[in-house]
Amino acid sequence: MDEDYKVIDNYLMIRMPAEVDHHQSVDISKRADRYIVSKQVGNVVFDFERTTFMDSSGVGVILGRYRKISCFGGKVYAVNAGSRIRRLLLLSGLENIVELVEK
Amino acid sequence: MIEVTEKKDYRLVTNEMRLEFAAVSDNEAFARMAVSAFIAPLNPTLEELSDVKTAVSEAVTNAIIHGYGNRGRVTDRVQMNCELRGSILEVEVVDRGVGMEDVNRAMEPLFTTRPEWERSGMGFAFMEAFMDELEVFSEPELGTTVRMYKKIGLGGWIVSEE
Repeated sequence: MDEDYKVIDNYLMIRMPAEVDHHQSVDISKRADRYIVSKQVGNVVFDFERTTFMDSSGVGVILGRYRKISCFGGKVYAVNAGSRIRRLLLLSGLENIVELVEK
Repeated sequence: MIEVTEKKDYRLVTNEMRLEFAAVSDNEAFARMAVSAFIAPLNPTLEELSDVKTAVSEAVTNAIIHGYGNRGRVTDRVQMNCELRGSILEVEVVDRGVGMEDVNRAMEPLFTTRPEWERSGMGFAFMEAFMDELEVFSEPELGTTVRMYKKIGLGGWIVSEE
């Protein structure tokens, strides 16, 4: 849903859904890229507050957005990432790519 | 499909289920929920439940997008067979899709044949990390079978000992 996407200054905030799988990921990537291009945001913030499930498709979403914005000096952030999501990011070697933000 | 069925010894099997569903992405969530419900009587910890759900999600997603090329045809089928031997869960995910020439290569972390679909290449790595054992059988043009094992919760062990 579009209310889960918000642009604040140079940051695109995305409220991730409860279940981040391949089915959901396709839509998230598409919407996020639309905002990145049309609003010309430099950074992306993924909010995992609602997320109770994620698989490697979610890793693909983060990596894909990182590739799109990092060449312009942008960064990706994760907020409200629980231990489970942190473990997935660590296993995928994303700890140097995603900045974990404590709330 | 690769014939991997040997003569089965049912003496140790305490529960079994077989599912067949269309290779469409909506069924990724369905498969996860089905396996969660199947192991619920074993009182899995939240961690174990997440581990199994993630592994199943990876295997089923692979079948749908790689096995059947993400074409979303309802006539393409994925089978998920689950079995319990006491507290040991076996999950088998079977597709009759394109199969793989080189299974070992596919299992390397970060390897993906579909970078344009933003696949992270972590599917098999997650299955290996979250399950106790992983076996993959594949044959080009015939399909792929992924078989995974995991021991579930002390709760289940106590129940089966009674």
